[in-house]
Amino acid sequence: MLLATALPALTQGPPQSADCDRVRQKSGRVLVAAAASLQPALQETTALYRSAFPRQEVSSSFAASGVLARQIEQGAPVDLFLAAAEGPMDRLQRQGLLEPGSRRSLLTNQLVLITPRSAPATIRRFADLTQASVRRIAIGEPLTVPAGDYARQTLRSLRLWERLQPKLLPLANVRAVLTAVELGNAEAGLVYRTDAQGSERVQTVAIASPHLHTPIRYPLAVLRRSSDPQAARCYADFLQSPAAQIVFRRFGFGLVPVPSR
Amino acid sequence: MPPIDLSPLGISLRVALLATLISGLAGVLTAYRFYRRPGRHPALADTLLLSPMLLPPTVVGLLLLLLFGRRGLLGPALETLGLPLVFTWQAAMVAAAIVAFPLVYRAARGAFEQLDPQLLDAARLDGAPELDVLLHIALPLARPGLLAGLLLAYARALGEFGATLMVAGNIPGQTQTIPLAIYLATETGATGVALFWAAVAAMLCLGGVFLGRWLGRSPL
Repeated sequence: MLLATALPALTQGPPQSADCDRVRQKSGRVLVAAAASLQPALQETTALYRSAFPRQEVSSSFAASGVLARQIEQGAPVDLFLAAAEGPMDRLQRQGLLEPGSRRSLLTNQLVLITPRSAPATIRRFADLTQASVRRIAIGEPLTVPAGDYARQTLRSLRLWERLQPKLLPLANVRAVLTAVELGNAEAGLVYRTDAQGSERVQTVAIASPHLHTPIRYPLAVLRRSSDPQAARCYADFLQSPAAQIVFRRFGFGLVPVPSR
Repeated sequence: MPPIDLSPLGISLRVALLATLISGLAGVLTAYRFYRRPGRHPALADTLLLSPMLLPPTVVGLLLLLLFGRRGLLGPALETLGLPLVFTWQAAMVAAAIVAFPLVYRAARGAFEQLDPQLLDAARLDGAPELDVLLHIALPLARPGLLAGLLLAYARALGEFGATLMVAGNIPGQTQTIPLAIYLATETGATGVALFWAAVAAMLCLGGVFLGRWLGRSPL
Protein backbone atom coordinates (compact mmCIF):
# COMPACT_ATOMS: atom_id res chain seq x y z
CA MET A 1 0.00 0.00 0.00
CA LEU A 2 2.89 2.29 0.78
CA LEU A 3 4.36 1.42 -2.57
CA ALA A 4 1.09 2.20 -4.29
CA THR A 5 1.09 5.80 -3.13
CA ALA A 6 4.52 6.30 -4.62
CA LEU A 7 3.92 4.38 -7.83
CA PRO A 8 2.26 7.13 -9.87
CA ALA A 9 5.27 9.32 -9.28
CA LEU A 10 7.49 6.41 -10.21
CA THR A 11 5.77 5.78 -13.51
CA GLN A 12 5.90 9.48 -14.24
CA GLY A 13 9.50 8.80 -14.58
CA PRO A 14 12.46 7.63 -12.62
CA PRO A 15 15.47 9.82 -13.24
CA GLN A 16 16.21 10.34 -16.89
CA SER A 17 19.88 11.14 -16.49
CA ALA A 18 22.34 9.75 -18.99
CA ASP A 19 23.84 7.65 -16.19
CA CYS A 20 20.54 5.95 -15.55
CA ASP A 21 19.86 5.24 -19.22
CA ARG A 22 23.03 3.21 -19.36
CA VAL A 23 22.60 1.65 -15.93
CA ARG A 24 19.13 0.38 -16.78
CA GLN A 25 20.56 -2.09 -19.29
CA LYS A 26 23.26 -3.63 -17.19
CA SER A 27 23.61 -5.42 -13.93
CA GLY A 28 25.48 -3.74 -11.14
CA ARG A 29 25.89 -3.35 -7.45
CA VAL A 30 25.89 -0.24 -5.31
CA LEU A 31 27.04 -0.21 -1.70
CA VAL A 32 25.48 2.70 0.14
CA ALA A 33 26.87 3.85 3.47
CA ALA A 34 24.11 5.81 5.14
CA ALA A 35 23.41 7.60 8.39
CA ALA A 36 21.51 5.34 10.81
CA SER A 37 18.57 7.76 10.86
CA LEU A 38 17.96 7.03 7.17
CA GLN A 39 17.46 3.30 7.65
CA PRO A 40 13.65 3.05 7.51
CA ALA A 41 13.27 5.49 4.60
CA LEU A 42 16.14 4.08 2.54
CA GLN A 43 14.77 0.58 2.83
CA GLU A 44 11.72 1.84 0.94
CA THR A 45 13.55 3.92 -1.62
CA THR A 46 15.82 0.97 -2.32
CA ALA A 47 12.83 -1.27 -2.96
CA LEU A 48 11.40 1.35 -5.34
CA TYR A 49 14.71 1.66 -7.12
CA ARG A 50 15.01 -2.08 -7.52
CA SER A 51 11.61 -2.23 -9.18
CA ALA A 52 12.69 0.45 -11.66
CA PHE A 53 16.17 -1.00 -12.17
CA PRO A 54 15.72 -4.74 -11.63
CA ARG A 55 19.27 -5.63 -12.58
CA GLN A 56 20.80 -3.30 -10.02
CA GLU A 57 21.65 -4.56 -6.56
CA VAL A 58 21.68 -2.02 -3.74
CA SER A 59 23.00 -2.94 -0.32
CA SER A 60 23.18 -0.49 2.52
CA SER A 61 25.35 -0.23 5.59
CA PHE A 62 23.82 1.88 8.35
CA ALA A 63 25.83 3.39 11.21
CA ALA A 64 26.74 6.72 12.73
CA SER A 65 27.97 9.06 10.00
CA GLY A 66 31.27 9.62 11.79
CA VAL A 67 31.87 5.89 11.98
CA LEU A 68 31.04 5.41 8.31
CA ALA A 69 33.38 8.25 7.29
CA ARG A 70 36.15 6.56 9.26
CA GLN A 71 35.44 3.24 7.54
CA ILE A 72 35.53 4.93 4.12
CA GLU A 73 38.84 6.60 4.98
CA GLN A 74 40.19 3.18 5.82
CA GLY A 75 39.16 1.76 2.48
CA ALA A 76 35.63 0.39 2.87
CA PRO A 77 34.38 -0.33 -0.68
CA VAL A 78 31.52 2.18 -0.49
CA ASP A 79 30.04 3.70 -3.65
CA LEU A 80 27.70 6.28 -2.22
CA PHE A 81 27.78 8.05 1.15
CA LEU A 82 24.80 9.69 2.81
CA ALA A 83 25.68 11.49 6.04
CA ALA A 84 23.51 13.22 8.62
CA ALA A 85 25.86 16.20 8.89
CA GLU A 86 28.27 18.13 6.71
CA GLY A 87 31.23 17.45 9.03
CA PRO A 88 31.97 13.82 8.10
CA MET A 89 31.47 14.64 4.41
CA ASP A 90 33.80 17.65 4.69
CA ARG A 91 36.45 15.37 6.12
CA LEU A 92 36.26 12.98 3.18
CA GLN A 93 36.23 15.88 0.74
CA ARG A 94 39.38 17.36 2.26
CA GLN A 95 41.11 14.03 1.69
CA GLY A 96 40.02 13.98 -1.93
CA LEU A 97 37.88 10.89 -1.47
CA LEU A 98 34.71 12.28 -3.09
CA GLU A 99 34.02 12.24 -6.78
CA PRO A 100 34.29 15.91 -7.79
CA GLY A 101 30.92 17.55 -8.37
CA SER A 102 28.91 14.66 -6.94
CA ARG A 103 28.24 16.19 -3.53
CA ARG A 104 24.84 17.72 -2.87
CA SER A 105 22.43 18.26 0.00
CA LEU A 106 19.50 15.88 0.02
CA LEU A 107 17.42 16.24 3.17
CA THR A 108 16.85 18.23 6.32
CA ASN A 109 15.68 17.14 9.75
CA GLN A 110 14.95 18.45 13.24
CA LEU A 111 16.23 17.48 16.66
CA VAL A 112 13.57 16.57 19.21
CA LEU A 113 13.35 15.55 22.86
CA ILE A 114 11.52 12.27 23.42
CA THR A 115 10.30 10.31 26.43
CA PRO A 116 8.75 6.85 26.67
CA ARG A 117 5.08 7.07 25.75
CA SER A 118 4.05 5.33 28.96
CA ALA A 119 5.99 7.78 31.12
CA PRO A 120 4.15 10.30 33.29
CA ALA A 121 4.20 13.74 31.68
CA THR A 122 6.79 15.33 33.98
CA ILE A 123 9.16 16.26 31.16
CA ARG A 124 7.70 18.96 28.96
CA ARG A 125 10.74 20.98 27.93
CA PHE A 126 14.52 20.72 27.90
CA ALA A 127 14.91 22.44 31.28
CA ASP A 128 12.90 19.63 32.91
CA LEU A 129 15.79 17.26 32.24
CA THR A 130 17.44 18.58 35.39
CA GLN A 131 14.72 16.95 37.52
CA ALA A 132 15.95 14.24 39.85
CA SER A 133 13.50 11.71 38.36
CA VAL A 134 15.47 11.90 35.12
CA ARG A 135 18.40 9.60 35.70
CA ARG A 136 19.55 8.82 32.19
CA ILE A 137 19.36 10.94 29.05
CA ALA A 138 20.28 9.03 25.91
CA ILE A 139 22.14 10.90 23.18
CA GLY A 140 24.33 9.89 20.29
CA GLU A 141 28.03 9.72 21.06
CA PRO A 142 28.89 13.36 20.14
CA LEU A 143 32.24 12.46 18.59
CA THR A 144 30.84 10.05 16.00
CA VAL A 145 27.06 10.52 15.88
CA PRO A 146 25.76 13.73 14.25
CA ALA A 147 22.56 13.58 16.32
CA GLY A 148 24.79 13.51 19.41
CA ASP A 149 26.73 16.51 18.16
CA TYR A 150 23.50 18.42 17.50
CA ALA A 151 22.31 17.36 20.98
CA ARG A 152 25.50 18.65 22.56
CA GLN A 153 25.21 21.95 20.70
CA THR A 154 21.58 22.30 21.77
CA LEU A 155 22.23 21.53 25.45
CA ARG A 156 25.22 23.87 25.42
CA SER A 157 23.14 26.67 23.88
CA LEU A 158 20.56 26.10 26.61
CA ARG A 159 23.32 26.12 29.25
CA LEU A 160 22.30 22.65 30.40
CA TRP A 161 25.27 20.63 29.13
CA GLU A 162 27.45 20.86 32.23
CA ARG A 163 24.63 20.14 34.64
CA LEU A 164 23.29 17.20 32.67
CA GLN A 165 26.70 15.65 32.00
CA PRO A 166 26.48 12.93 34.71
CA LYS A 167 23.13 11.74 33.34
CA LEU A 168 24.14 11.49 29.71
CA LEU A 169 24.20 8.07 28.12
CA PRO A 170 26.16 8.28 24.85
CA LEU A 171 25.16 5.57 22.40
CA ALA A 172 26.62 4.31 19.13
CA ASN A 173 23.99 5.76 16.80
CA VAL A 174 20.70 7.60 16.87
CA ARG A 175 18.62 4.41 16.44
CA ALA A 176 20.20 3.08 19.63
CA VAL A 177 19.08 6.27 21.38
CA LEU A 178 15.55 5.68 20.18
CA THR A 179 15.64 2.08 21.41
CA ALA A 180 16.99 3.06 24.83
CA VAL A 181 14.04 5.40 25.33
CA GLU A 182 11.53 2.92 23.88
CA LEU A 183 12.70 0.31 26.39
CA GLY A 184 12.69 2.79 29.26
CA ASN A 185 16.42 2.35 29.83
CA ALA A 186 16.64 6.15 29.60
CA GLU A 187 13.97 8.56 30.82
CA ALA A 188 14.56 10.85 27.84
CA GLY A 189 16.56 11.06 24.65
CA LEU A 190 17.48 13.39 21.81
CA VAL A 191 16.75 12.03 18.36
CA TYR A 192 15.59 13.29 15.01
CA ARG A 193 11.99 14.13 14.38
CA THR A 194 11.93 11.30 11.82
CA ASP A 195 13.02 8.72 14.42
CA ALA A 196 10.38 9.89 16.88
CA GLN A 197 7.67 9.92 14.23
CA GLY A 198 8.44 6.33 13.28
CA SER A 199 8.03 4.96 16.81
CA GLU A 200 4.79 4.31 18.62
CA ARG A 201 6.54 3.79 21.93
CA VAL A 202 7.94 7.30 22.36
CA GLN A 203 6.44 10.77 22.45
CA THR A 204 7.96 14.02 21.31
CA VAL A 205 7.84 16.53 24.15
CA ALA A 206 9.93 19.36 22.69
CA ILE A 207 11.56 20.40 19.44
CA ALA A 208 15.00 21.98 19.57
CA SER A 209 14.72 25.43 18.10
CA PRO A 210 16.87 25.51 14.92
CA HIS A 211 18.99 28.41 16.16
CA LEU A 212 20.30 26.22 19.01
CA HIS A 213 22.40 24.05 16.69
CA THR A 214 23.90 24.08 13.22
CA PRO A 215 21.32 23.26 10.52
CA ILE A 216 20.64 19.54 10.19
CA ARG A 217 21.36 18.69 6.58
CA TYR A 218 22.03 15.35 4.94
CA PRO A 219 24.68 15.56 2.22
CA LEU A 220 25.28 12.85 -0.33
CA ALA A 221 28.29 12.12 -2.52
CA VAL A 222 29.70 9.43 -4.78
CA LEU A 223 33.03 8.05 -3.63
CA ARG A 224 35.98 8.42 -5.93
CA ARG A 225 37.02 4.80 -5.41
CA SER A 226 33.56 3.52 -6.40
CA SER A 227 33.88 0.52 -8.69
CA ASP A 228 30.72 1.55 -10.54
CA PRO A 229 30.35 5.34 -10.26
CA GLN A 230 27.71 5.40 -12.99
CA ALA A 231 25.42 3.12 -11.01
CA ALA A 232 26.11 5.11 -7.85
CA ARG A 233 25.24 8.39 -9.61
CA CYS A 234 22.06 6.86 -10.94
CA TYR A 235 20.95 5.83 -7.45
CA ALA A 236 21.89 9.30 -6.16
CA ASP A 237 19.75 10.85 -8.90
CA PHE A 238 16.94 8.49 -8.01
CA LEU A 239 17.01 9.70 -4.39
CA GLN A 240 16.14 13.17 -5.71
CA SER A 241 13.38 11.91 -7.99
CA PRO A 242 9.76 12.69 -7.10
CA ALA A 243 9.17 9.02 -6.23
CA ALA A 244 11.90 8.97 -3.60
CA GLN A 245 11.04 12.42 -2.29
CA ILE A 246 7.49 11.29 -1.57
CA VAL A 247 8.94 8.55 0.60
CA PHE A 248 11.31 10.91 2.42
CA ARG A 249 8.53 13.39 3.07
CA ARG A 250 6.26 10.69 4.43
CA PHE A 251 8.97 9.70 6.90
CA GLY A 252 9.13 13.31 8.08
CA PHE A 253 12.27 14.57 6.35
CA GLY A 254 12.48 18.04 4.87
CA LEU A 255 13.62 18.25 1.26
CA VAL A 256 16.42 20.37 -0.07
CA PRO A 257 15.18 21.83 -3.36
CA VAL A 258 16.78 20.12 -6.37
CA PRO A 259 18.69 22.67 -8.39
CA SER A 260 17.44 22.65 -11.98
CA ARG A 261 19.88 21.05 -14.34
CA MET B 1 48.12 15.40 22.26
CA PRO B 2 45.48 16.47 24.83
CA PRO B 3 45.77 14.74 28.22
CA ILE B 4 44.20 11.30 28.23
CA ASP B 5 41.32 10.71 30.64
CA LEU B 6 42.66 7.91 32.82
CA SER B 7 39.32 6.87 34.31
CA PRO B 8 39.07 3.69 32.14
CA LEU B 9 42.04 2.23 34.05
CA GLY B 10 40.33 2.35 37.44
CA ILE B 11 37.00 1.21 36.03
CA SER B 12 38.61 -1.70 34.19
CA LEU B 13 40.56 -2.86 37.24
CA ARG B 14 37.53 -2.60 39.52
CA VAL B 15 35.32 -4.46 37.04
CA ALA B 16 37.90 -7.14 36.21
CA LEU B 17 39.01 -7.87 39.78
CA LEU B 18 35.49 -8.07 41.17
CA ALA B 19 34.35 -10.15 38.19
CA THR B 20 37.28 -12.51 38.78
CA LEU B 21 36.32 -12.81 42.43
CA ILE B 22 32.66 -13.54 41.65
CA SER B 23 33.31 -15.91 38.76
CA GLY B 24 36.10 -17.53 40.81
CA LEU B 25 33.82 -18.35 43.76
CA ALA B 26 30.93 -19.40 41.56
CA GLY B 27 33.12 -21.34 39.14
CA VAL B 28 34.99 -23.33 41.81
CA LEU B 29 31.86 -24.17 43.80
CA THR B 30 29.92 -25.17 40.68
CA ALA B 31 32.83 -27.27 39.42
CA TYR B 32 33.10 -29.06 42.78
CA ARG B 33 29.39 -29.73 42.91
CA PHE B 34 29.30 -31.23 39.42
CA TYR B 35 32.52 -33.12 40.06
CA ARG B 36 30.88 -34.75 43.10
CA ARG B 37 27.51 -35.36 41.42
CA PRO B 38 27.70 -35.14 37.62
CA GLY B 39 23.97 -35.77 37.41
CA ARG B 40 22.06 -37.79 34.89
CA HIS B 41 22.98 -35.60 31.91
CA PRO B 42 26.59 -34.62 32.48
CA ALA B 43 27.24 -33.54 28.90
CA LEU B 44 24.16 -31.31 28.90
CA ALA B 45 25.03 -29.72 32.23
CA ASP B 46 28.60 -29.14 31.10
CA THR B 47 27.48 -27.52 27.85
CA LEU B 48 25.08 -25.21 29.66
CA LEU B 49 27.70 -24.19 32.20
CA LEU B 50 30.14 -23.44 29.38
CA SER B 51 27.54 -21.59 27.32
CA PRO B 52 28.70 -18.01 28.14
CA MET B 53 31.98 -18.98 26.52
CA LEU B 54 30.43 -20.88 23.64
CA LEU B 55 27.86 -18.24 22.67
CA PRO B 56 28.71 -14.94 20.98
CA PRO B 57 29.14 -12.23 23.66
CA THR B 58 26.34 -10.30 21.96
CA VAL B 59 23.95 -13.13 22.81
CA VAL B 60 25.01 -12.87 26.44
CA GLY B 61 24.48 -9.10 26.22
CA LEU B 62 21.05 -9.55 24.71
CA LEU B 63 19.96 -12.02 27.40
CA LEU B 64 21.27 -9.73 30.13
CA LEU B 65 19.31 -6.83 28.66
CA LEU B 66 16.16 -8.93 28.49
CA LEU B 67 16.70 -9.92 32.13
CA PHE B 68 17.95 -6.70 33.69
CA GLY B 69 16.67 -3.93 31.39
CA ARG B 70 14.30 -1.51 33.09
CA ARG B 71 11.44 -3.30 31.36
CA GLY B 72 13.17 -6.67 31.54
CA LEU B 73 12.16 -9.68 33.64
CA LEU B 74 14.08 -8.63 36.74
CA GLY B 75 14.48 -4.95 35.85
CA PRO B 76 11.46 -3.61 37.73
CA ALA B 77 12.41 -5.58 40.86
CA LEU B 78 15.95 -4.15 40.80
CA GLU B 79 14.40 -0.74 40.27
CA THR B 80 12.32 -1.00 43.44
CA LEU B 81 15.43 -2.04 45.32
CA GLY B 82 17.09 1.11 44.04
CA LEU B 83 19.61 -0.91 42.00
CA PRO B 84 18.94 -0.18 38.34
CA LEU B 85 21.63 -2.31 36.77
CA VAL B 86 21.78 -1.40 33.08
CA PHE B 87 24.27 1.29 32.07
CA THR B 88 26.11 1.18 35.40
CA TRP B 89 29.59 -0.15 36.14
CA GLN B 90 27.96 -2.97 38.08
CA ALA B 91 26.38 -4.12 34.81
CA ALA B 92 29.86 -4.27 33.27
CA MET B 93 30.97 -6.36 36.26
CA VAL B 94 28.06 -8.78 35.90
CA ALA B 95 28.71 -9.15 32.16
CA ALA B 96 32.42 -9.76 32.75
CA ALA B 97 31.75 -12.25 35.56
CA ILE B 98 29.36 -14.23 33.38
CA VAL B 99 31.68 -14.52 30.39
CA ALA B 100 34.62 -15.36 32.69
CA PHE B 101 32.72 -17.99 34.68
CA PRO B 102 33.22 -20.91 32.23
CA LEU B 103 36.99 -20.44 32.28
CA VAL B 104 37.12 -20.93 36.05
CA TYR B 105 34.55 -23.69 35.97
CA ARG B 106 36.36 -25.61 33.22
CA ALA B 107 39.80 -25.25 34.82
CA ALA B 108 38.53 -26.14 38.31
CA ARG B 109 36.55 -29.09 37.02
CA GLY B 110 39.64 -30.38 35.25
CA ALA B 111 41.75 -29.88 38.35
CA PHE B 112 39.25 -31.74 40.55
CA GLU B 113 39.02 -34.62 38.07
CA GLN B 114 42.79 -35.05 38.40
CA LEU B 115 42.61 -35.56 42.16
CA ASP B 116 42.92 -39.02 43.66
CA PRO B 117 39.36 -39.65 44.86
CA GLN B 118 40.64 -42.02 47.52
CA LEU B 119 42.24 -39.09 49.34
CA LEU B 120 38.92 -37.30 49.59
CA ASP B 121 37.10 -40.49 50.54
CA ALA B 122 39.63 -41.23 53.25
CA ALA B 123 38.90 -37.87 54.85
CA ARG B 124 35.16 -38.46 54.58
CA LEU B 125 35.54 -41.90 56.18
CA ASP B 126 37.31 -40.21 59.06
CA GLY B 127 34.23 -38.07 59.46
CA ALA B 128 35.37 -34.82 57.87
CA PRO B 129 32.43 -32.61 56.82
CA GLU B 130 32.22 -31.94 53.07
CA LEU B 131 33.19 -28.29 53.53
CA ASP B 132 36.42 -29.34 55.24
CA VAL B 133 37.12 -31.84 52.50
CA LEU B 134 36.78 -29.06 49.95
CA LEU B 135 38.69 -26.40 51.87
CA HIS B 136 41.50 -28.49 53.27
CA ILE B 137 42.04 -31.25 50.76
CA ALA B 138 40.47 -30.61 47.36
CA LEU B 139 41.32 -26.91 47.02
CA PRO B 140 44.98 -27.12 48.09
CA LEU B 141 45.58 -30.14 45.88
CA ALA B 142 43.87 -28.52 42.90
CA ARG B 143 45.61 -25.17 43.41
CA PRO B 144 47.68 -25.00 40.20
CA GLY B 145 44.63 -25.69 38.04
CA LEU B 146 42.45 -23.25 39.98
CA LEU B 147 45.08 -20.54 39.67
CA ALA B 148 45.28 -21.06 35.91
CA GLY B 149 41.50 -20.73 35.69
CA LEU B 150 41.46 -17.55 37.75
CA LEU B 151 44.15 -15.96 35.63
CA LEU B 152 42.30 -16.77 32.42
CA ALA B 153 39.11 -15.37 33.96
CA TYR B 154 40.92 -12.18 34.95
CA ALA B 155 42.26 -11.65 31.43
CA ARG B 156 38.88 -12.45 29.89
CA ALA B 157 37.06 -10.08 32.26
CA LEU B 158 39.54 -7.31 31.53
CA GLY B 159 39.04 -7.78 27.81
CA GLU B 160 35.25 -8.14 27.81
CA PHE B 161 33.73 -5.86 25.18
CA GLY B 162 30.59 -7.01 23.38
CA ALA B 163 28.23 -7.81 26.22
CA THR B 164 29.60 -4.88 28.21
CA LEU B 165 28.87 -2.39 25.46
CA MET B 166 25.32 -3.69 25.27
CA VAL B 167 24.42 -3.68 28.97
CA ALA B 168 26.70 -1.00 30.39
CA GLY B 169 27.15 1.35 27.46
CA ASN B 170 30.26 3.44 26.90
CA ILE B 171 29.90 6.26 29.42
CA PRO B 172 33.16 8.10 30.09
CA GLY B 173 34.04 8.06 33.78
CA GLN B 174 31.26 5.61 34.61
CA THR B 175 31.22 2.49 32.44
CA GLN B 176 33.97 3.13 29.91
CA THR B 177 36.49 0.33 30.41
CA ILE B 178 39.80 0.09 28.57
CA PRO B 179 38.46 -2.03 25.67
CA LEU B 180 35.61 0.46 25.19
CA ALA B 181 38.03 3.39 25.33
CA ILE B 182 40.11 1.71 22.60
CA TYR B 183 36.98 1.21 20.50
CA LEU B 184 35.84 4.83 20.83
CA ALA B 185 39.33 6.21 20.22
CA THR B 186 39.64 4.09 17.06
CA GLU B 187 36.24 5.18 15.80
CA THR B 188 37.09 8.82 16.32
CA GLY B 189 40.52 8.54 14.73
CA ALA B 190 42.41 9.17 17.98
CA THR B 191 44.99 6.54 17.14
CA GLY B 192 47.45 7.75 19.76
CA VAL B 193 44.89 7.31 22.53
CA ALA B 194 43.92 3.90 21.16
CA LEU B 195 47.55 2.78 21.14
CA PHE B 196 48.10 4.06 24.66
CA TRP B 197 45.18 2.02 25.97
CA ALA B 198 46.20 -0.98 23.91
CA ALA B 199 49.61 -0.87 25.59
CA VAL B 200 47.99 -0.56 29.03
CA ALA B 201 45.67 -3.48 28.24
CA ALA B 202 48.61 -5.60 27.14
CA MET B 203 50.50 -4.79 30.33
CA LEU B 204 47.53 -5.55 32.55
CA CYS B 205 46.52 -8.78 30.79
CA LEU B 206 49.90 -10.26 29.94
CA GLY B 207 51.61 -8.80 32.99
CA GLY B 208 48.85 -9.94 35.32
CA VAL B 209 48.85 -13.48 34.00
CA PHE B 210 52.65 -13.69 34.03
CA LEU B 211 52.82 -12.35 37.57
CA GLY B 212 50.16 -14.81 38.67
CA ARG B 213 52.00 -17.74 37.13
CA TRP B 214 55.27 -16.63 38.63
CA LEU B 215 53.87 -16.09 42.14
CA GLY B 216 51.96 -19.35 41.87
CA ARG B 217 55.06 -21.47 41.35
CA SER B 218 55.90 -21.59 45.05
CA PRO B 219 53.29 -22.38 47.69
CA LEU B 220 51.88 -19.15 49.09
